[in-house]
Amino acid sequence: MSATHLKPTPANSLTPSTIPRESGPQGILRATSSCRTFAAKAPSYPPLPSRIWLFVRQFVYYRKGGVMDTSTRLSLYRTMVRIRAFEEAIRREYYVGKQPVFDIGAGPVPGEMHLAAGQEPVAAGLCAHLRPDDALTGPHRPHHIALAHGVDMKRMTAEIFGRESGLCHGKGGHMHLFAPEVHFGCSGIIAEGMPTACGQALAFKKRGTDQVAAAVVGEGAVNQGGFHESLNLAALWKLPVIFVVEDNDWGISVPRSASTSNFSATDRGRAYGIPGERVEDNSVEGVYEACGRAVQRARRGEGPSLIEVHTLRLWGHFEGDAQGYRESELEDVPGRDPIPTYRRTLIEEGLLDEEEAQRIRAEAEEEVEAAIRFAKESPEPAPDEALEHVFA
Amino acid sequence: MTTAERTRERRLTTARAMVEGIAQEMRRNEEVFVMGEDVGAYGGIFGTTTGLLDEFGPERVMDTPISETGFIGAGVGAAIEGMRPIVELMFVDFFGVCMDQIYNHMAKIHYESGGNVKVPMVLMTSVGGGYSDGAQHSQCLWATFAHLPGMKIVVPSNPRDAKGLMISAIRDDNPVVYMTHKGIMGLAWMAKNARSVGPVPEEEYEVPIGKASVAREGTDATVVTLSLSVHHALDVAERLSGEGIELEVLDLRSLVPLDREAILESVGKTGRVLVVDEDYRSFGLSGEIAATIAEEDPAMLKAPLARVAVPDVPIPYARPLERAVLPTPERIEEAARGLVGA
Repeated sequence: MSATHLKPTPANSLTPSTIPRESGPQGILRATSSCRTFAAKAPSYPPLPSRIWLFVRQFVYYRKGGVMDTSTRLSLYRTMVRIRAFEEAIRREYYVGKQPVFDIGAGPVPGEMHLAAGQEPVAAGLCAHLRPDDALTGPHRPHHIALAHGVDMKRMTAEIFGRESGLCHGKGGHMHLFAPEVHFGCSGIIAEGMPTACGQALAFKKRGTDQVAAAVVGEGAVNQGGFHESLNLAALWKLPVIFVVEDNDWGISVPRSASTSNFSATDRGRAYGIPGERVEDNSVEGVYEACGRAVQRARRGEGPSLIEVHTLRLWGHFEGDAQGYRESELEDVPGRDPIPTYRRTLIEEGLLDEEEAQRIRAEAEEEVEAAIRFAKESPEPAPDEALEHVFA
Repeated sequence: MTTAERTRERRLTTARAMVEGIAQEMRRNEEVFVMGEDVGAYGGIFGTTTGLLDEFGPERVMDTPISETGFIGAGVGAAIEGMRPIVELMFVDFFGVCMDQIYNHMAKIHYESGGNVKVPMVLMTSVGGGYSDGAQHSQCLWATFAHLPGMKIVVPSNPRDAKGLMISAIRDDNPVVYMTHKGIMGLAWMAKNARSVGPVPEEEYEVPIGKASVAREGTDATVVTLSLSVHHALDVAERLSGEGIELEVLDLRSLVPLDREAILESVGKTGRVLVVDEDYRSFGLSGEIAATIAEEDPAMLKAPLARVAVPDVPIPYARPLERAVLPTPERIEEAARGLVGA
């Protein structure tokens, strides 16, 4: 469904004024302070629809081929809210120690920070079909899919804080999260997680299991050699792999129209004999359904699929990105936020009410804040640990 | 005839010895498989997989497309899942199209994961020149790989070590880059060193990674070297022995880990060192060995360290040009004589 007619007023999204618009530290500072201002605003919700209207909506939903049960739809919503609460908290913590002068290496969370607010539908829709024994590789912007795939939030947060109790004992950081217990890994190099996923899928195929591997990349990855080599290998060897392209329109500052000759990566997939679907409107249910088909296809041994989701980068490429290149569209961005959109849908259909929505958000915040506390209370690694783990 | 005598008698080329090591591990462990360009019906351009397809079939001996990023990355993924892939990069010179998978993924994932993920993979590749293959097919480049943390680097020089190091590499829980010089493989289509065919025990055995071997004992100077240059150094040592000059030849066999102890022990004994390296001269192995000695005790040297390496130029094509840059026996002999003052 289109989101443009909805008022951008949810508590857990950001207005354009919260997005940095000036380059340099001032822009960053303004962004964070706006963030706080906005969080204090009271949310407003539409009135609940009548029972007759609800019946009509459900009828339309099923007529359109909707097959999802209520618990699945609510679960998708919960996953998205959980991710958003996490990204907002990391954003808040990230700016600690970086004021008044922004220094990327300062504060409790140093380094680049690529947050995935707006891209939650991809994580929720894909990971709803993955089991803990299925492999998943993420790109430089990995938090949403890591959380949705079941990576332990506390240890992940501790890793982002560079603590000893982190997933990787502080050696990986936010772009290099590894959780072998759920076969999760990352690569900070564009498209280069895809060959890994092919290899994991190859191992599953050789062993004759029904495990699958998925690789999530951005739309900027589709011009890399690794993308094309992976598609060819996966199709050639009929690997149980699902490639998911998050098309958030921007490769840092370069729009898709200036980087990519095809409109959709699915065209490129088809050129390699890989069936694909493009999901428009950042629809979590659209992602859920498309990924469901792709995962089942892979489990049945029918080979790879490519799902492209037209998603939304709600914030900058990294924190501190003033986004001057994107000024003209920034006003519309909050209105396209997938979470209030989906919440509105669920409320309209009577599956959710405001109270329950607030409870879901509060639960997510509670979990996230506990993870942040866990991270902060964890010791930093001892310096001589730097010399460990070069070799097994 | 005893078993030991029969073993001594059985002689294989380096390539055949490698294949035997791979085959024995594949029989022992279902998780070992081979992939690369032309490793199937062709048997590997340098004979590293000859016969494996017949015994193990295409599921375990997989020809790949010419797509090094794809299939080396797939090797990394399979290794992460606990398999033990042996992946061939046909020429090391091709690393330019796939180095990200090698140094950013294969070599770093274990460390980045804080030791939680292992990548037990062998990256097998051919190195070296001497047959006019030009600048993009003749390099050694081992120092480039050794410079980057997270990969073990083995460089066997003879059939016996080739088999044992291959078995060790496959059993190792770390990524191992296994580099063989084309001139030691015993290829039917390339002039070969006499020692590229040698005795190889039939049973499975490991040659430890990170242990150098004294290929020839001597008292007057140590030649620290590896790969094909070991044979050149041995030839030179035999010639000079007739003149009463006794060179010790140390075959490093591994670059990572580097057996610094063996280097220091030998140099401590002879007091003179010549490094022979078919890789580029600057910022490489010869400098690392000089630093190793300087850090331990520069006074152990009775004469300044000497080195014979490829000068800092690409490998040229024409025969006289290529011979001018490679560490030929002539260049080694000249340097050795200069070192001992003969």
